[in-house]
Amino acid sequence: MTLTARIRHRFPDFTLDVDLHLPGRGVSALFGQSGSGKTTCLRCLAGLEQAADAYIEVNGQVWQDSQRGLFLPPHQRPLGYVFQEASLFTHLSVRRNLEYGWRRIRPHQRKVQWEQACGLLGIRHLLERMPGHLSGGERQRVGIARALLTSPGLLLMDEPLAALDSQRKAEILPYLERLHDELEIPVVYVSHAQDEVARLADHLVLLDKGQVQASGPVSQTLARLDLPLALGDDAGVVIEGRVVGHDADYQLLSLGLPGSTLHLRVAHGPLAPGSALRAKVQARDVSLSLDGQGQSSILNRLPAVVTGWRAADNNAHVLVSLDVDGTALLARITRYSWDQLGLAVGSGVWGQIKAVAVLA
Amino acid sequence: MPVSPPRLALLGLFAALAFNAQADEVQVAVAANFTAPIQAIAKDFEADTGHKLVAAYGATGQFYTQIKNGAPFEVFLAADDTTPAKLESEGDTVKGSRFTYAVGTLALWSAKDGYVDSKGEVLKANQYQHLSIANPKAAPYGLAATQVLDKLKLTEATKAKIVEGQNITQAYQFVSTGNAELGFVALSQIFKDGKVTSGSAWIVPANLHDPIKQDAVILDKGKDSAAAKALVQYLKGPKAAAIIKSYGYEL
Amino acid sequence: MPLDASDLSAIWLTVKLASLTTLLLLVIGTPIAWWLARTRSRLRGPVGAVVALPLVLPPTVIGFYLLLAMGPNGFIGHATQALGLGTLTFSFAGLVIGSAIYSLPFVVQPLQNAFTAIGDRPLEVAATLRASPWDCFFTVVMPLARPGFVTASILGFAHTVGEFGVVLMIGGNIPDKTRVVSVQIYDHVEAMEYGQAHWLAGAMLVFSFLVLLALYGRGHAKARWS
Repeated sequence: MTLTARIRHRFPDFTLDVDLHLPGRGVSALFGQSGSGKTTCLRCLAGLEQAADAYIEVNGQVWQDSQRGLFLPPHQRPLGYVFQEASLFTHLSVRRNLEYGWRRIRPHQRKVQWEQACGLLGIRHLLERMPGHLSGGERQRVGIARALLTSPGLLLMDEPLAALDSQRKAEILPYLERLHDELEIPVVYVSHAQDEVARLADHLVLLDKGQVQASGPVSQTLARLDLPLALGDDAGVVIEGRVVGHDADYQLLSLGLPGSTLHLRVAHGPLAPGSALRAKVQARDVSLSLDGQGQSSILNRLPAVVTGWRAADNNAHVLVSLDVDGTALLARITRYSWDQLGLAVGSGVWGQIKAVAVLA
Repeated sequence: MPVSPPRLALLGLFAALAFNAQADEVQVAVAANFTAPIQAIAKDFEADTGHKLVAAYGATGQFYTQIKNGAPFEVFLAADDTTPAKLESEGDTVKGSRFTYAVGTLALWSAKDGYVDSKGEVLKANQYQHLSIANPKAAPYGLAATQVLDKLKLTEATKAKIVEGQNITQAYQFVSTGNAELGFVALSQIFKDGKVTSGSAWIVPANLHDPIKQDAVILDKGKDSAAAKALVQYLKGPKAAAIIKSYGYEL
Repeated sequence: MPLDASDLSAIWLTVKLASLTTLLLLVIGTPIAWWLARTRSRLRGPVGAVVALPLVLPPTVIGFYLLLAMGPNGFIGHATQALGLGTLTFSFAGLVIGSAIYSLPFVVQPLQNAFTAIGDRPLEVAATLRASPWDCFFTVVMPLARPGFVTASILGFAHTVGEFGVVLMIGGNIPDKTRVVSVQIYDHVEAMEYGQAHWLAGAMLVFSFLVLLALYGRGHAKARWS
């Protein structure tokens, strides 16, 4: 599947002008602040808003072509949509909610099975309840299952975790990760939370004031210094690593960097060698040293080359982008240190990674 | 001696007051069918006596209920004689004030020219869809209409075609808007200065129904009203009689 | 003296009239209410005002204009005569139409409110779950708007039972066709048959009270169970 969307529409507050080419697999995140147009963009993809000038083609099927006056109404588009607040039908039980879309597709089109969806989202025990008697997290899981049961060719998710507290979010994120791993359905995921994007996205589209600022694989895009992403508190990189080993005694997992013999070590339970694992390394957890030796409690010290730098959002810090044998890394150090160490683009340094967050 | 302006004004004020002291209003309940004649009479009455006639028009039965429940009418011009008699027997009137002020004439009328012939044969021909009459339980003209149909032995034939207006005015309305091709109305509603004003009519001979005696009476509330007494006198007088006759009533 | 045959037939006629009028209004009122609830057209205000007119116009005004319009010279009369139906005045059908106009806002407004309260979201959800607009209307909108439908039906029915002015103007007081209870009571009073008037009026009062109790009592029962 591929998704091509050129959308232009003048709204009262801003003008949406996007040109998207998204890969046919995995999760593509539409990321940006509130008001950047990401939800509007998603709604246009779904046909819930009809943009004045748009061309939307999904998997070879044209959903909208303003020039030919073509507009496929939402109920005829093979998509699934998860809204921010589950929006379950209050007059139907959970079972009937799930059945709503399920019943409206032909039996031979049902690729996602009932058991599969219920098991994946852990809602089997909720089937006979009414939506009013579910917690926020449970409602959202039912909403996701309901959308899945239409066996959509494309799943659109509009900030599905935004209306939940951190506990519920933590509860649901694993389910979303399983979705990602177990189902072949491509997802367009709207969010303003960088940690969600880091955990789930394969492809990242950055939106600002209705325009696309960047579009690329998540690991590359997050590491770009020219984007406002790098300036945030959460700035960091996502590393798609592979498990290369495990030290049972010290409970340390070795994560191989993609395309490299270098590896990171992180405190974690054992995992099968070869399994994929995503990790996030935040810029503020990376310090630089000219000295590769020396005893230190810092577990990970990797050789790197400085590929760029820029001033941070305050005068005291700078952001440095590094290349570690093909993997991008971001470090946030003081300007003082930058000058003290005499660093410049091309300098060889050692990146010291104090913390690695295993995502999934 | 010269009369100064302030004095002149004062004199004028006294004169006006003196004049008004004798000029009253009289509240009259008038049967719907007598609307036009009483309006004509009121003009002359006011010019001649200075008293003003304030009239309410409606169904006799309704007025009865209102009067029994304290309505502020001083004189009652009914469409029948039984209702004033009832009030008299119940002690709500000034004894001896009751008299017949008009005798009603029934007319079979259509808004269409040439529809009703001068002998009323159109009734027997039975080619119409709706025959309008006033509600016989509430209006004497309606009762008279049913008596006419009875006398002409047309009751059964016309039963399915009868439509009832709540009062004689509504019976007239049904015909004037064309919804009923013809109907029994009060002659006074369609008659002025000796001829039928529009459409076509058969003036029903008085022998086909009980006389529609319309009685007037001074009510209890008007027992001390000079204007009420003056009105009753006026109604019995020649000027009023001429007007009443010109509208097709007998006396 | 309790109710006689003519009183009973007046009651039955009234029930028939109210039932038919309510059904008719539900059928034509639902699309009107839906349009009013969802449209953004500039005509929304004027149409809403026209629908609400019977709330403020005296019934006799409505009745009078209907008398003219339904007669042989009026535009409705012309149409019905062209169709070979004669005129609608003095007919049960004419009463149904007059009652429908008179009770229109009592059916349309509760429905409109119920539809508005649903909002956009359930409709969008249904669309993303493959439901066409018609499908969505019957499987999502109507169930969610059910309280509105109940209110509209009860109000429409009760309001028509109480109708007097319109019937008076265009009914002609024909037994079994246009002599409804309100007119029958009026006639009894006119003819000073107060006993019968009391019985009939009393019966209608009890009936209306029970109907309204059913409407307003439901809220309590529901609240207790949820």
